[in-house]
Amino acid sequence: MRAVRKWLSMPENEPATPAIPNARAVTRRRTPISLVWVIPILAAIVGAWVAVTRVLSEGPKITIVLDSAEGLEAGKTVISYKGVAIGTITRIRLSDDHLRVLAVAQMEPRTEDFLVDDSTFWVVRPRISGANVTGLGTLISGAYIGAEIGHSTIHKTDFVALETPPVVTGGTTGRVFILKTSDLGSLDTGTPLFYRRLQVGEVASYELDPDGNTLTVRIFVRAPYDKYVTPKTHFWQASGIDLSLGASGLSVQTQSLLSILIGGVAFETPAGQPMLAEAAPNTVFTLFDTHAAALAPPSVGPQSYQLVFNESVRGLEVGAPVEFRGIPIGEVTGIRAQVKLKNFEFSVPVTIQLDPQRLGVKVFNLKSGVDVEMLRRRLIDSLVAHGVRAQLRTGNLLTGAALVAFDFFPGSPPVTIDWSQYPPRLPTIPGQLEETEANVVEIINKINRLPLKQIADNLNKSLADLDLTLQSTRATMLSAHGTLDRANGLIGSNSTQVQQLDSTLQEVSRAARSIRVLTDYLDRHPEALIRGKPGAPK
Amino acid sequence: MSTAAVMSEITALQQGLHSCETCGLLSRGAGGADEARCPRCDEELEFRKKTSIQRTWAFLIAAAICYIPANLLPVLTTTTAAGSDSDTIMQGVVLLWSPTGWPLSLIVLFASIMIPSAKILALAYLLVTTRRGSVENRRQRIRMYRMVEFIGRWSMVDVFVDTFTAALVQLQPLMWVKPAAGLFFFAAVVVLTMLAVESFDPRLIWDASGAQVAQHA
Repeated sequence: MRAVRKWLSMPENEPATPAIPNARAVTRRRTPISLVWVIPILAAIVGAWVAVTRVLSEGPKITIVLDSAEGLEAGKTVISYKGVAIGTITRIRLSDDHLRVLAVAQMEPRTEDFLVDDSTFWVVRPRISGANVTGLGTLISGAYIGAEIGHSTIHKTDFVALETPPVVTGGTTGRVFILKTSDLGSLDTGTPLFYRRLQVGEVASYELDPDGNTLTVRIFVRAPYDKYVTPKTHFWQASGIDLSLGASGLSVQTQSLLSILIGGVAFETPAGQPMLAEAAPNTVFTLFDTHAAALAPPSVGPQSYQLVFNESVRGLEVGAPVEFRGIPIGEVTGIRAQVKLKNFEFSVPVTIQLDPQRLGVKVFNLKSGVDVEMLRRRLIDSLVAHGVRAQLRTGNLLTGAALVAFDFFPGSPPVTIDWSQYPPRLPTIPGQLEETEANVVEIINKINRLPLKQIADNLNKSLADLDLTLQSTRATMLSAHGTLDRANGLIGSNSTQVQQLDSTLQEVSRAARSIRVLTDYLDRHPEALIRGKPGAPK
Repeated sequence: MSTAAVMSEITALQQGLHSCETCGLLSRGAGGADEARCPRCDEELEFRKKTSIQRTWAFLIAAAICYIPANLLPVLTTTTAAGSDSDTIMQGVVLLWSPTGWPLSLIVLFASIMIPSAKILALAYLLVTTRRGSVENRRQRIRMYRMVEFIGRWSMVDVFVDTFTAALVQLQPLMWVKPAAGLFFFAAVVVLTMLAVESFDPRLIWDASGAQVAQHA
């Protein structure tokens, strides 16, 4: 107990126990503030640096107005220019009127160049059209927003996205031209544009004009091909296979395999034109339906005329060509029937449109003030006076399509044209069809006139005679048959005659042999002929 | 335990005695000297960890600073064919939250967000109360300290998981994972809180009067 008490009281009573050694004293200069404070300062500096770089690396914020946010995702969808992400959509919300979508995008630093007045943005989604498959990458990565840098200097942060991606992006040089057409055909955005079957551009956009009658098609021609577009250039739809089966036969027009599938636009400047200046951008051209229509000289001031045919106009259609010695100079615009009950005269007035200019007569290449109409009449009058007449012809035997042909028929009765009626009536002569028909009828009539009954009677009689002759011939044949049978028995192998012939032949053979022996002997002993055989009894 | 009972306890500090932390030799403090050395193994001797509170504060403040970017910056960048994704810790928690994956989500939430912040708050509380020489709830505080000390190292699990993921998921060009800036700050938080816990001297909790503690602050 005492020991315990002593142990317990020891520290109190004996503060300096000799058994406990003193710690060794070391003198060192001490700083009042610990060096460890460097760590939070360092942390603060690093944190501040990170924060500052984060703030500095943040580009401007822009708002893009879209029609739909389909495929877009806040925080993921990027704004891409030439494949480089220049921003990210951070927030997508509806506009206040709930009609459009507002996408707020955080741009990368130093993208202020993009935020000018004429910069454009559009949503890129996978697009598979006939001409091309674009945006395939978006199938995996989702849609993204494409951007095109503008040239304006006016700064802007609110943009309205384009509905369709522009065809021309990334500084492709070339020119845009405008085509006017009444029918879009198989054209679409991206439809190729051909020049001498070389793809030189594409359809950029199209829209219906406000009047609803025509369409405005914008095409982009890439440099350097854009210089081949001159004010005289003709554009036409090279849509797929242009199959036409007309009086001129089956004609197939195509540009390329691609255009067969998806259509296209082709252009060409008619040959023989002097070197023309390049067309200015946004020049308006007419888009023709076919190559032929495009290259046909413009039918300036076609005139209507009437032709009256007193024959069948089978095969003649509205739109059928009117030719002058094979040169198309117009087309049929109307066909109707007309009957005079008085004398049952049935006629077909055919309205045609003629363009005398296509004849090569430069009736319009005149000074102003000259009565063009008078000149035209004089031309037609002189042509008719020289025997020019209209005639119906079959253009295509296969289809029976007919055409109206003008040609010289010297010796035709003279006709004067009554210019007072409208449309003026031009003289016609019966067509080849009618002539052929008349010939055929004549042949049939001749056949009708033949004495067929008489011929048939004669023929009957002849046939009876022939029958008799045949019967007697038959009897003759029978007797001939018996004769032949007998002859057969005569020369059969078992007949006596043959056996006799056989033995006779053997005899002859023996005789021949003895003759040979004789001749041999005589050969060796020719004297035997005189002296006889030696040794033979005399 | 009552305050009176604590007051009656004897401490080495009161007795001016050192116990060498390396060799265990008991020695008498060298009064007046700047620094004491163990006479046997020459280990530095101190009654309480030197400038414990100041150092702890320093580490704690550094950890608190790093805690902000650790949570704001992405920790992992996952690049797949579909694009690149950078996720912060909290985004990861939200991402993992699913009817089947919620336990994992909770683990990440606890280990990566709640524990580091709890550690920082707990240490701050310990420092403030110790500085003020509070004698309230001392056993709870020492228990809190032990818990912080024990749990602290496990926060590193998150860093390990992320670095493992980054090292293993390298299926370039299909998919790859890269650690992002946030992860470095998060690792710094874990390391700094561990250092703060190490610098804190729990004996200060038991030093009764504020005067004694101030001497070692």
